[in-house]
Amino acid sequence: MNIDPWILTFSALTVVATIWMGFWSAKRSKTAHDFFVAGRSVSVGWNASAISGEYLSAASFMGVAGMVMSSGYDALWYPVCYACGYLFLLLFIAGPLRRFGAYTIPDFAEGRFDSPLFRKIAVTFVLFIGFFYTMPQMKGAGTTLAYIFPGLPYWAGVVLVGAVITLNVALGGMKGITLVQAFQYWLKMFAISVPVFVLMAVYGHYGKQVGHNTHAVPAFDQMPVAMANWSSGEEVRKPLPEKAPRDATWIRPFGPLTTKPAQAAGLSAEQGRPYSLLYTYSLIIALVCGTAGLPHILVRFYTNPDGVAAKRTTMWVMILIGVFYLFPPVFGVMGRNLLPELYAASGAKGTDKIVLELPRILNAKVPMLGSIMSGITCAGAFAAFMSTFSGLLVSITGALAHDIYGRILRPRSTPDERMKAFKLFAVVGGVCAILLGFLVEHFEINKLVGWAFAIAATSYFPLLFLSTWWRKITMKGAATGMLVGGTLSLAAIASTMFADQAGWAAGLKAWFARHPLERTLAEQPAIWALPLAIILMLIISKLTQRSVPSDIRMKMLVLHAPEKLGLKQEYIQEHQSGH
Amino acid sequence: MNQPAVDPKLDPHSEAFLHRLMQRQLRLSIACAATFVIALIALPMLNYYAPELMSRRIFGFTLTWFVLGVLFFPFVWVISYFFIKRSIALEEGEARSVQNSGENVQ
Repeated sequence: MNIDPWILTFSALTVVATIWMGFWSAKRSKTAHDFFVAGRSVSVGWNASAISGEYLSAASFMGVAGMVMSSGYDALWYPVCYACGYLFLLLFIAGPLRRFGAYTIPDFAEGRFDSPLFRKIAVTFVLFIGFFYTMPQMKGAGTTLAYIFPGLPYWAGVVLVGAVITLNVALGGMKGITLVQAFQYWLKMFAISVPVFVLMAVYGHYGKQVGHNTHAVPAFDQMPVAMANWSSGEEVRKPLPEKAPRDATWIRPFGPLTTKPAQAAGLSAEQGRPYSLLYTYSLIIALVCGTAGLPHILVRFYTNPDGVAAKRTTMWVMILIGVFYLFPPVFGVMGRNLLPELYAASGAKGTDKIVLELPRILNAKVPMLGSIMSGITCAGAFAAFMSTFSGLLVSITGALAHDIYGRILRPRSTPDERMKAFKLFAVVGGVCAILLGFLVEHFEINKLVGWAFAIAATSYFPLLFLSTWWRKITMKGAATGMLVGGTLSLAAIASTMFADQAGWAAGLKAWFARHPLERTLAEQPAIWALPLAIILMLIISKLTQRSVPSDIRMKMLVLHAPEKLGLKQEYIQEHQSGH
Repeated sequence: MNQPAVDPKLDPHSEAFLHRLMQRQLRLSIACAATFVIALIALPMLNYYAPELMSRRIFGFTLTWFVLGVLFFPFVWVISYFFIKRSIALEEGEARSVQNSGENVQ
């Protein structure tokens, strides 16, 4: 066991600070209202930092860099669409949703369609997307702890981090989380940017690093020559291991990630290009629309005081995370030039840990500097999976305590009982997340998150988009579209996961290898599942027009009219007297 | 309140008001979304049909890398800044005209 004291210190400080802030804020959140939406009194700056802190997960902090290193240009779509997907949220959903005013998405689903049944359907998807998104965070936790303590098994990291966050959520609720999230955004921003600037000062700037990837690569068989150059300090690049993609495929669009289905089918580069284009578009749709349908992000818009603040918050979120996403690809590019050994390993020892490992090479130039920088990125990685996991756990727990317990199981429970239920369900949710985390050791962090986005894009996004802008949508139409779109895309994704990993699905794997089109569409289902969900919503709503809520005009007014007109109060009064 | 003297477009409970309000909001949102979507469709298309152009080097980056990895973020910030300015102005104008007409009737 060879533990670097700097790395251990920084990581331990992050964990202790997170726990301390949870306890500190627990003293300040007393009522049930505080627990669910932080009293709706969070300012734009705090809220934007908190949303960004929650959003920048292990996938953003570690996975993006790892994927840029392994797949090159194609992987750039992930950070860009993670950041720019907020635009759809801002343009179509943030303002109306905040004006309507409800605690959670299931609240919105019930209020918009006057249907308690739809609440139950919508809750299942909060849990579903939440747990799917939780798994890669757990993988990040296991990987990071295995890096800090060489020899520690993967599951130990999962248990440790899972237990800490579960405790924090059970004690602090959302109010505590807002504060911790905001702090953690700035920690992550610091942790990703400072090491990049130091590395660029020593080894050359971003463009120069990309520029090294010309076609003249030191190939594997010329390694001794290249190694000699390297040690004499002439060469800025280390030779690439055999498993690494060549420069020409790595740097150009339609590279290793998007051509995989076509390559498996034995098609030539030229024949495979249409499949790559299709893959790229489907990935873009999943990421851009998925951002607008993530339940743990949407719930935060209710902590804005009004619709205008919700819009301002979204704008700031886009700036905060956009600046952040400039940095992880730099790690990937530098890692390719400076630490290509990682290509040879796989899983937790592979490219996913480049952000943690790369700064350490600075030790060769300035003693200790590399360890300090690596300690900083480890602290950032902790902040990443801890903050995202706590946000997810709050929304999972909120769904269980507020919707399933408070509305379905025991509608007459007192606020005090609901607080107790919140704490209990936080523990239940945390334990489930830890158990799921054990299963995903061999999956790529970033890909898992991309799939959670695809499911959100094909279920919640069409629901939210059509219910805010189309008054003729009915509960049956919305529910059918959401269920069919979401479930089919989940099934398609799961089929490719099983085909790649499970022994019993070898037949499916062979079938996918012969059918590159089907494989592409199954791995990235958004391009067909999103239109399918929308068409189903349109057709079935047309057929069930009689069940459009009778006060639909008033509902639409509340969604769209400026809050200054005070229509919301009128709506509540009418609603209470009318029913 | 709902006296015939009020312009139907300014009575928040009228069909005309809601229709106009949603139409104006949607038009603004779609205009902004279209700018963004066109860029998202165009970049892979350019990569597909003009690979030589997109692989030219700028500051060491290929052109397409520079556009996607660096320039895309500020482009989206500009769209969202424009949208927020316009949509807040739209809301305030709407609220003001309704409140003014309400006072006139009383």
